[in-house]
Amino acid sequence: MTEFTPVLSLSGGLLIGLSAAAAFVLLGRVIGMTGIVARTLDFDFGEGSWRPFFLLGLILTPLILSLVAPSPHGFEPMGLIPMLIGGFLVGYGSRVGSGCTSGHGICGISRLSKRSIVATCTFMTTAVLTVFVIRHLMGGAS
Amino acid sequence: MIQVIALVLGALFGAGLYIAGMTNPAKIVNFLDIAGTWDPSLIFVMGGGIPVAAIGFIMLRRRAAPVIFADSQVPQGGEIDRPLVLGSAVFGIGWGISGLCPGPAFASVLLEPGVIIPYLVALVLGSLAYERFHR
Repeated sequence: MTEFTPVLSLSGGLLIGLSAAAAFVLLGRVIGMTGIVARTLDFDFGEGSWRPFFLLGLILTPLILSLVAPSPHGFEPMGLIPMLIGGFLVGYGSRVGSGCTSGHGICGISRLSKRSIVATCTFMTTAVLTVFVIRHLMGGAS
Repeated sequence: MIQVIALVLGALFGAGLYIAGMTNPAKIVNFLDIAGTWDPSLIFVMGGGIPVAAIGFIMLRRRAAPVIFADSQVPQGGEIDRPLVLGSAVFGIGWGISGLCPGPAFASVLLEPGVIIPYLVALVLGSLAYERFHR
């Protein structure tokens, strides 16, 4: 059980949108985590090494916020095995499908890309089905 | 200059994920659990993020080039093909199992390294598997 947090989640969404909007106008780039991570791992840092600097800001800011203004959301992870299996499938699938929740779900839908709309509907559907199978058919505690 | 802008954009993105609660895997799984303990918060994240991002995209389209970089590399058009659908389907299964996608994982790696680092190692292995077999 997690609490429904419309105000905090809308506020966070606006910040994410601001980041994506500024990346469009200033850089002409899509803020897609799959692409940023894959290219950084290939040492393709981009003009001015913008990709590792973006990742640095992304990684450091929640830590700083947790010290000065902790969020009420908490952290309730799955076990190690779901994290390993899930991580592998996310890493593999997002490369094959050319994007994840940020690149397709936020940036792609914002520019009404047909590919991103299809991708988002697809992963939302399989994710809902996966949780249904784990929680309601297999009786998983997660 | 580019470095400062990129750092600020990453900071906005990370702050957004953290404030929105997307760094808690249970919040994602509860969003996906329509038949159970449904938490619709993620709809509000997308509802806030997508329109604001769209304004930025429309502003970019009205310009000859981005403000800082010389050329826009925003993808255009493209076919709906098998890799897009199959890859997204696999991504969704992993997202449902773990409650994490790449952005929130990076955003919480310093908060919960013991949980997130194994996830990120597996994520990189999945990415490498793609490079090994698909390129």
